[in-house]
Formats: sequence, structure tokens, C-alpha cells
Amino acid sequence: MIARRPLLAAGAALPFCGPARATPASLLAAIATFTGGAAVQEGRVKLELSPLVENGNTVPVTVSVPGADGGSVRRLALFTELNPQPEVAVFTLGPLAGRAQVATRLRLATSQTVVALAQMADGSVWQQRIDVVVTLAACVEGG
Amino acid sequence: MNVATLRAILTAPARARVGDVVEIRALAQHPMETGYRRSAEGELLPRELLRRVECRFDGELVLAAELHAAVSANPYLAFHLRLPRSGTLTVRWVGDAGVAHSESVRIQAT
Repeated sequence: MIARRPLLAAGAALPFCGPARATPASLLAAIATFTGGAAVQEGRVKLELSPLVENGNTVPVTVSVPGADGGSVRRLALFTELNPQPEVAVFTLGPLAGRAQVATRLRLATSQTVVALAQMADGSVWQQRIDVVVTLAACVEGG
Repeated sequence: MNVATLRAILTAPARARVGDVVEIRALAQHPMETGYRRSAEGELLPRELLRRVECRFDGELVLAAELHAAVSANPYLAFHLRLPRSGTLTVRWVGDAGVAHSESVRIQAT
């Protein structure tokens, strides 16, 4: 198990790659916007993401609710803790979505926590968080 | 990029059985410029993103995605459709600077 606090401290010591960076407060605000005030519970949603990322520019990620489809899951969302903005993507599932599962690729500006949320048809919201170590951060090599 | 169209690939099986769950993959060629990077001359590059990707089957929603700057360049999405009948699957990408593009494939129910 990797201790989180020293990693966060190490992340904070890295040079900024943008004029702003999402704080845990802006992450909480973004999550509150998504949930509409519903309590966030642990479980049900599954976030698949490598805990050790070599290239933060393109990080494969899958968010899903195993066994569910567009009939029982309304929305899936991805957020990050320390990117310049907390929002990554929000997916709305239609009635023809055969599985509550979306795969995409995201950018990570530094080592941080990635949050996956699922909003069910009954309005309940579920989450899974994964701490990710990034060795090459997104936008450092840009130019 | 400053063009109103983009290159994109939509992948879906040409035929499947009614009720089958099939994988759809959508890839668009786009820089997803975050607005945080600087050019070699030190100028801040303006934000230019694909904001919304919508997949419909004969007009009925399969998946709508709202994208932000943290989505990688050349946005890739993989998701699933439960095939209700033969029909046309359309994905539409909409972004900054008037970018809008659609791709369609026909899926034959067997």
C-alpha cells in the first residue's frame, strides 16, 4: 500500500503546468453539481485505471456499473483531484445503452486521485476512487 | 485547427442479432487544446475542445458525452449498444470554433 500524504506532498512540489489547479474544494463542488446534492456512497461503480501511469497525456480508463445497462444507470462521470479543472467527462446513458460502461483516455497533470461516479435511475450516486502515480505529467512536454 | 469539420472513425459491427450487445468505438482527430499550454513563442494557446459527442440509433439516444480539457487529444470513446432492429447508428461531434461532424454506419439485424 502506498501512503497517500507523501505522494500528495511530492505532487505539490512539482512545477505547475497551468495557471490554475483544481483544489479538493473545487473537486467537491464539481461532484456536488453532478449529484445534485445526493449522498455519495461507496461501491457499485467500477473504475479501471492503472495505478502507475507512465504518460499522463493519454491514460486509458474504463468506468462501469457491472451488470447494469442504460435502463438502470442514468449517468457516469469522471473527475480528478489536481488537474487544472476537476471535470473530465460526463456520460449520459440512453435507453439503448447495452451496458453501463464507457472507456476513454484522459490527461493527468500530476499524481493524484481519480474519481468515478455513477448516478442510478433512482437518483442514488456511487463512487470509486483510485490513487494514481504519474511519472510523465500531461502538458509538461507540450510546447 | 480552425476548420469546421474533422476526421473521425466510427466502428460498429455490420450485422448482429436483435437484442445483442455490441461494442461501438468512436475516435475523432482533434487536439483537445486545453488553454493551459504555451506555444514555442511563449503565447498561451487558446482553448479549443470537442465539447459534446452524441451517439443515436435511428434518433434514439445510446450515449451522450460531455467532454472537458482533461480528455486526451483525439478523443476515443468505447461503449455498448443493445441492437433493437436494423437501423443506422450516428455519432455527432460538436466543439469549439464551429466544429461539427457526423459519422453513420448501418447495422443489419439478423
